[in-house]
Amino acid sequence: MISLALIILVSFFFTGIVIRTKSIASGRKGPGIFQPMKDIFRLFKKGAVYSETTSFIFQVAPSIYFASVVMAIMVIPFGQYKGIISFEGDFVFFAYVLAIGKFFSIISALDTGSSFEGMGASREALYSMLAEPAFFLLMGSLALLTGYTSFHEIFMTFHFGSYISYALGVMATFVLVMICMIENSRMPVDDPKTHLELTMIHEVMILDNSGFDLGLILHATNLKFAMYGALIANLYFGDLPLYYSIPIFLVIQTLFAVSVGLLESFTARYRMSHNAQFIFTLSSVSLLIFFGVLMMLGKLI
Amino acid sequence: MNLVYAILIVVFLSLAIIPFLNSKMKGILTLASVISVSILSSIPAIKALTGESTELLLSGTIVTSTIPVRIDALSAWFILTINFTFITGIIYGISYMQAYKKQKANLSLHWISYILAHTALVAICSVQNSLVFLIAWEIMALSAFLLVIFESYSAKTLKAGINYLIQSHISILLLTLGFIWIFYKTGSFDFNAIRDFANSTTAFGGLVLMICFFMGFAIKAGFVPFHTWLPLAHPAAPAHISGIMSGVIIKIGIYGILRMLFLIRTDYLAIGYFILFISIVSGVYGVMLAILQHNLKRLLAYHSIENIGIIGIGIGLGCIGLGTENNLLSILGFSGALLHTLNHSLFKSLLFYSAGNIYQSVHTVNIEQLGGVGKNMKQTAFLFLIASLAICGLPPFNGFVSEFIIYSGIFNGIHDATFLNLMFLIFSIFGLVLIGGLAILCFTKAFGTIFLGSPRHSFHQKPKESNFAKRIPMYLIVVLIITIGIFPTAFLKALSLPVSQLSGISTADSIPLETSVSKTISQIGYVSLLFIVIAGVIFFIRKKFTVSNLYKTSSTWGCGYTGQVSKMQYTASSFVRNYRKLAEPVLYVHKFKKEVNGIFPGKAWHETHPKDKIEELFISSPIRQFKHFLNFFGKLQSGNPQMYILYGTVFITLLIAVPQVYEIIKTLLKFLNNL
Repeated sequence: MISLALIILVSFFFTGIVIRTKSIASGRKGPGIFQPMKDIFRLFKKGAVYSETTSFIFQVAPSIYFASVVMAIMVIPFGQYKGIISFEGDFVFFAYVLAIGKFFSIISALDTGSSFEGMGASREALYSMLAEPAFFLLMGSLALLTGYTSFHEIFMTFHFGSYISYALGVMATFVLVMICMIENSRMPVDDPKTHLELTMIHEVMILDNSGFDLGLILHATNLKFAMYGALIANLYFGDLPLYYSIPIFLVIQTLFAVSVGLLESFTARYRMSHNAQFIFTLSSVSLLIFFGVLMMLGKLI
Repeated sequence: MNLVYAILIVVFLSLAIIPFLNSKMKGILTLASVISVSILSSIPAIKALTGESTELLLSGTIVTSTIPVRIDALSAWFILTINFTFITGIIYGISYMQAYKKQKANLSLHWISYILAHTALVAICSVQNSLVFLIAWEIMALSAFLLVIFESYSAKTLKAGINYLIQSHISILLLTLGFIWIFYKTGSFDFNAIRDFANSTTAFGGLVLMICFFMGFAIKAGFVPFHTWLPLAHPAAPAHISGIMSGVIIKIGIYGILRMLFLIRTDYLAIGYFILFISIVSGVYGVMLAILQHNLKRLLAYHSIENIGIIGIGIGLGCIGLGTENNLLSILGFSGALLHTLNHSLFKSLLFYSAGNIYQSVHTVNIEQLGGVGKNMKQTAFLFLIASLAICGLPPFNGFVSEFIIYSGIFNGIHDATFLNLMFLIFSIFGLVLIGGLAILCFTKAFGTIFLGSPRHSFHQKPKESNFAKRIPMYLIVVLIITIGIFPTAFLKALSLPVSQLSGISTADSIPLETSVSKTISQIGYVSLLFIVIAGVIFFIRKKFTVSNLYKTSSTWGCGYTGQVSKMQYTASSFVRNYRKLAEPVLYVHKFKKEVNGIFPGKAWHETHPKDKIEELFISSPIRQFKHFLNFFGKLQSGNPQMYILYGTVFITLLIAVPQVYEIIKTLLKFLNNL
């Protein structure tokens, strides 16, 4: 419950911080950190235009997409407090429930019969497919290290002690950050601020969405950011009491948002044709984590 | 009067009557017959699942000796799956076959084969006499062949059918070899002899026997590299036949493997690694090729290979669990495999029936020509969508439950695993995840291009929704798919006996494990329900909001271009182009294209023909070389009568001369020795 509330809270200003960081980095003043949220509320109040080509799928997809993100958030624990949903192997559910949202967002893009949206859908399907093994290998390694298979228990028993564990923590953070960037279609995989449809991934999929639906999709992105931020934060606070963990959580989320902003300001987007290779390399980082865990457990050969 | 005779009487009576009825009655009689056989065989099966297995000893003949009919929990699970799929298949088939009602003789043969296939499958699951088993197996193979070649006037269908016939006989050959070996050693046809033999022989002997049986059954099940008949036979058959072929006939291979694992208690660890490896390869390879297919039914056929791979991963994990004495792993592995067997039979038959609806409406299953069909066939689109989500293993449907069980098997298995063991488990996580991701890519492609967007081809008549009779069995399946997704514990409970039979864990030991598993699995049900509720609530809120606001319809955003855009739509090939580029080194894609060039470019086109590399490597290429070798002897067939007379003369001369010469040499040698 705490994690759900906090993640929703953070989602209100996460993208705001990213945008603010980017503006400051490029020498502008930039909008307030709640501006993206205001935009979303405005969208909620607006009317919508639907394409004649679309069918029922296009109408339900944004809701299902949003619901899938909400479900995924419910799985996430907060330190010693379980998520609303917690059972053995819940991270499998986490990944698969996000996948169903993605399935619907892909087919809703195809529903418009537009060449641009088909293109975006094709890329989204491929990239998210390639990112999935990295997540599962990471969670598998952590499960092996801690001996548990649910988010809550894994994070509760994951402690820093040896040098290897620090290395693991850093690599796990890296993998989670990168997965988050891929899932949210941000730099270095996709540039949300590009103005050419041909080079977009996520943005081009939602070209035809408007009004409430667009608001849902945009806020789902905010929630997803906060959700991955919460996963990363969970790696660090173990079983600290609330008056420590909540500030740590907020600091980590802010740091995460600032680093996303910096990353987007100072890196260039990768070439579209090389994205697949790049994403697949993430799995090898996960494999490194796996071997690190083996070393810690003394199981290597 | 026992059940076996009752079933046989029903079957023979219907076989005798069917040829004399009109087209419609033929179907109805088949339905009646299939339902009665199902009821008769389900009674002992349900009993067996509740713990009371049936054992009958038929006196048999002098050749077969006594025929034991044993329906234990493992058989029961398969019998129930077979019965359900055959019933939905026949209900669907009756209205599907309306289009062919003029071909009366052909229909008789078709329905007769249908009944035979059903009975043979039930027999295979229950008969435990190797000779009778092989006979039933042969009846099943032949009747399936007849079912596939219903449109035998098309050369392509016939070719696919013959390919299937040959491959299924290779499978029978391997099985026969195994059974002969056992008969030679023990002198008994009873399956119990297999266990006695396996107990008495060396570990290596058991392993070889197991692998012999595994290969025989793997051809039927469609494990890579024994899968090559599958993508040919499925598209050739009528939709309901593809449904039952993919739904249960290939599963009988899985039944065989499980039965042999149960009987041959050998080095489970080695067998487990072997099955796991082959299954992961099957799973990944199947889905990798499925994505590239242009023919919907072929795509689904490759998906069957993928799902057989997933089932195999479960079996492999179960065996590893047995080998390392990890009870939880073996329970989870076998439950996952058995549940996925049922699940796959549900969603795959549903997918094939939907493909049948499309085929009968627009007379093509070429994905590239379809588009926007969902507007005219709303219910088929809905059914196909449910099945696609289920086959991708997404919650809240049944596919997720079985895949989740397999995943939790792996994640529970890694705790006390050795290094080699760990490598295999990590490899299977990687494989399963990749399979899941690729399946999503594949089914977004299939669903998106067939049902969504705007039409890509103008058909003579608009696609229209199939009739109600065809949709009844499909809705039946959907109900079961959702029930398993939301109330998985009931099915898990039904599985506990077959699983404890396979894993050899006594019920007392397995109960604590099973309660912990079913606690987790029941959570999945609740969570899936919660997901549906949340999605519904959000949709409801959205509905409230958008009704109160203005909304209008307009054309799709075309970046300022407002002309006709349906031709600019993404096609299925372009949707998977990025993937194809990645996978090309591993797969084998023939590409032909004419590019646009010059000031007045002509028509440009682009074709891709995905080929099966393993088929090329293991089947086509050796056959080609063998043919090439045999060509040397082609010169002998000159067509000249004198030459043939010469061959005859030479043959007779040799026949007479060789013994003579041999004698002479012998005397000569004797003479030389005496010197």
